[in-house]
Amino acid sequence: MKSYDIVIIGGGPAGLAAAIAAKKEGVDSILILERDKELGGILNQCIHNGFGLHTFKEELTGPEYAARFIDQAAELGIEYKLRTMVTNISPDKVVTALNREEGLFSIQAKAVVLSMGCRERSRGALNIPGYRPAGIFSAGTAQRLVNMEGYMPGREVVILGSGDIGLIMARRMTLEGAKVKVVAELMPYSGGLKRNIVQCLDDYGIPLKLSHTVVEIRGKERVEGVTLAQVDGKGKPIPGTEEDYDCDTLLLSVGLIPENELSGDMGVEMNPVTSGPKVDERMQTNIEGVFACGNVLHVHDLVDFVSEEAAAAGRNAARYVKGGENQSTGQVIALNPVNGVRYTVPCTIDPAKMDDEQVVRFRVGSVFKNCFIGVYFDDERVQHRKRQVMAPGEMEEVKLEKAKLLERPGLKTITIQVEEA
Amino acid sequence: MEKRELICIGCPMGCPVTVELDGGEIASVTGYTCKRGDVYARKEVTNPTRIVTSTVKVAGGTADMVSVKTRDDVPKGKIFECVQALKGVTIQAPVHIGDVVVANVAGTGVDIIATKGVEAASA
Amino acid sequence: MYDVIIIGAGVSGSSSARELSRYKARVCVLEKAEDVCCGTSKANSAIVHAGYDAANGSLMAKLNVQGNEMMEELSRELDFSFNRCGSLVVCIDKDSLPDLKALYERGVKNGVKDMQLILDRDEIFKLEPNLSDEVVGVLYAPTAGIVCPFGMNIAMAENANANGVEFKFDTEVTGLRPIEGGWEIETNNGTYQTRCVVNAAGVYSDKFHNMVSEKKIHITPRRGDYCLLDKKAGKHVKHTIFALPSKYGKGVLVSPTVHGNLLVGPTAIDIEDKEATATTRAGLDELIEKAGLNVKNLPMRQVITSFAGLRAHEDGHEFIIGEVPGAPGFVDCAAIESPGLTSAPAIGKMVAGIVRDLLDLEENPDFNGTRKGILDPDTLSTEEYNELIKKNPAYGNIICRCEMVTEGEILDAIHRPLGAKSLDSVKRRTRAGMGRCQSGFCSPRVMEILARELNMGMLDITKSGGSSKLAVGTNKDRI
Repeated sequence: MKSYDIVIIGGGPAGLAAAIAAKKEGVDSILILERDKELGGILNQCIHNGFGLHTFKEELTGPEYAARFIDQAAELGIEYKLRTMVTNISPDKVVTALNREEGLFSIQAKAVVLSMGCRERSRGALNIPGYRPAGIFSAGTAQRLVNMEGYMPGREVVILGSGDIGLIMARRMTLEGAKVKVVAELMPYSGGLKRNIVQCLDDYGIPLKLSHTVVEIRGKERVEGVTLAQVDGKGKPIPGTEEDYDCDTLLLSVGLIPENELSGDMGVEMNPVTSGPKVDERMQTNIEGVFACGNVLHVHDLVDFVSEEAAAAGRNAARYVKGGENQSTGQVIALNPVNGVRYTVPCTIDPAKMDDEQVVRFRVGSVFKNCFIGVYFDDERVQHRKRQVMAPGEMEEVKLEKAKLLERPGLKTITIQVEEA
Repeated sequence: MEKRELICIGCPMGCPVTVELDGGEIASVTGYTCKRGDVYARKEVTNPTRIVTSTVKVAGGTADMVSVKTRDDVPKGKIFECVQALKGVTIQAPVHIGDVVVANVAGTGVDIIATKGVEAASA
Repeated sequence: MYDVIIIGAGVSGSSSARELSRYKARVCVLEKAEDVCCGTSKANSAIVHAGYDAANGSLMAKLNVQGNEMMEELSRELDFSFNRCGSLVVCIDKDSLPDLKALYERGVKNGVKDMQLILDRDEIFKLEPNLSDEVVGVLYAPTAGIVCPFGMNIAMAENANANGVEFKFDTEVTGLRPIEGGWEIETNNGTYQTRCVVNAAGVYSDKFHNMVSEKKIHITPRRGDYCLLDKKAGKHVKHTIFALPSKYGKGVLVSPTVHGNLLVGPTAIDIEDKEATATTRAGLDELIEKAGLNVKNLPMRQVITSFAGLRAHEDGHEFIIGEVPGAPGFVDCAAIESPGLTSAPAIGKMVAGIVRDLLDLEENPDFNGTRKGILDPDTLSTEEYNELIKKNPAYGNIICRCEMVTEGEILDAIHRPLGAKSLDSVKRRTRAGMGRCQSGFCSPRVMEILARELNMGMLDITKSGGSSKLAVGTNKDRI
């Protein structure tokens, strides 16, 4: 059996950043396994601009952002295999994969980085009643057809869900000659970024109907129309508010789900809120030497944060392989998300092992205006930061300093919450 | 006095910004949190611009399509003209990031460039 | 002139076709859809019933028990998935226990073997830990099972085709008229003459029966809504769990599937439109509400898709199989509703026997009853699998990542007899697109393979034939 120090599952933005950081940390034996025909992952079909503002201080398109990392990986001589599907990872880090050239093969890894990304929630998961005609696509499938293959999935489009991919596709379909009639969003707020609402919908006069959902799909062979209805506070359609739209296409942008089937099978412990692994300050899962980053860990809003988080995972994987990590003092501080904060990444922090500064990322459960983020070391408030607006579509963060944690050897819990003004 | 309500797109925060116009002149800009909001709002009211992204066909490459963008911002009103200029355009592989696909698109003075590399297909 | 024309390539028609291919005869199946298994046969509970439900002495009871007994050997002969997982009828109401006992007794009379009435709750929970805490008794039928409904239907049709039966798709029968020595059949795709007609038209079987008979029958399409759950939920129950009809209503079943998912359903909603396979909000809500009555902690959040099928329910609730009086050579295989799937092997035998006697058919000495299904690499050892990939690298290329379906399997599905021509027909044969992402990732790739292999344009690829086109144009073609 071949062996590598670090095997990285997935060559998208997370896998690439993890590989580059691990290499720079001094580990040479790294292998990326990628199921698609090229590196870069989903960025290859995200041809719009807006990537890299934080990382490169310029606005890049998805493929350009990916290319920066792909080029760097090439310069560093990082090995990768394309069109290679990982079928299993054992708890002792034997990675089994499959491709045309080598068949089914196994690799022993010292450390594994999970960076498989996510998939889109499908119509089935929403229980939208009606027929099952052609013309119902997840927004990402439509994005692949239009942006990579050059095919129009439809002419007259209704979009359900105002997630970023849905908003982006509203603009893309419009520019390529389709008529996007409306974007309906179940929640009373959009799940997408502000800039996307402005530049993808407002610019083209596409209405966004908040608190609306699809209650019927018409057409037996191809979609012929959908019916939208307003929903009440519990998301139930309100009778009498139905509106019919003639269309041949329904795009769904109703949420992303981390693809953790491999992780689950190997025994990685999951956070039910994120559907991603529970990780510590090093992005390490409950299995020693198995790290997670990117959208497989929790769904991100901006790729810049993916790169940053993945670099941390890669560095820590390298340190794990080389030994020489700081010794734990046994103190494990639990992060406690409450009052509007849905989850945190990481879930725990060992102050002895953390970097000088730890970024804790989280999302809020609904829209909050003129609120504060409160951070508590056990019962004592240590941060109180004003936020004009926080929305579930956008990731939030707080920073914790190692020095401050080390000052409190008895610290058990760090609570993060939203506080009213 | 005309009032324009905008949402700043400078960062994910999306500050609601209000611009008051007096006879076409900006009288006041309020609601932003940082300088970027002020700059964005002034520009969006007087000269809104966008990057336009799309795809063109590739001949003789390992992929049939390649993604493109305007190298710089173009006036918002020129977006559709920019896309129209790409209709029927096919470029020959190999393609490199930054290759000019259409020069001076729609008279904007801005080039459309490739945003992805496509290797030539091995015969 | 054909000897036999079968209307409908569902499971009854395909089983009849295969059984008829044991004889020397020119047989043709006319199917209005683009593929076999497109009506009732594709959207049902996929249950192989033990046989205690049907009335004593009925044809349903007889064919059910026979079909059940034939299933195991047939599944080996034709290489489709079948699992004798057993079923439990759950009683959660003491007052209904006599009904459970009556069911047991009916089963005994119908010839169902090895049933047990279990009233000891400890024993019940040992058998099936996730049953409702309200359970007071179960009827355990170890001979019940689950089958791949597409797999069985497709296997029967493929084997019939390999033994000389023709299949004409996209061919809808529009008229029937007696002629000298047989029948003339009008379709949207030409006129056919045959000595004998088999009416296996599912929910439309009344329409064709009534064209030739004074004694009218009436089929009500009885819609059943279903939810299919992720494989993560597939082990929630080990047996097929039926509800004993009670004061809470008829209840819905919860069952593992042969592919490891969990199936919940069906509702029973009588409608008139024979094409109305749309699920409704009320139907799905009813399912979700009823599913939990007999099985606890059902993870309904893990639904990956929902669908509806139509049962061909005749007012008399009995299979109608036989030559129609006054219409010589016209053989009904009508009103086949549950337990139709279970009975299908026996129905085919019965229909073929009737036709054989009518036409005095001789045995076909060349009949070969075995068929190999699409090779599932998962069934191979690592060495065998690698040998296969070396010979055919397409088996090393995963197309559907949720169900781990390789390009090799998809190519096989396209190029075998009665091969797949659309996304859904690939899905029914290989499971590509049937997993948790519901074809989000693989559909563009399967479209590409179909276009390449069938020498079609991407714009001509459909989801399920007809006008179900997937891509409708190319970028900027209308600007």
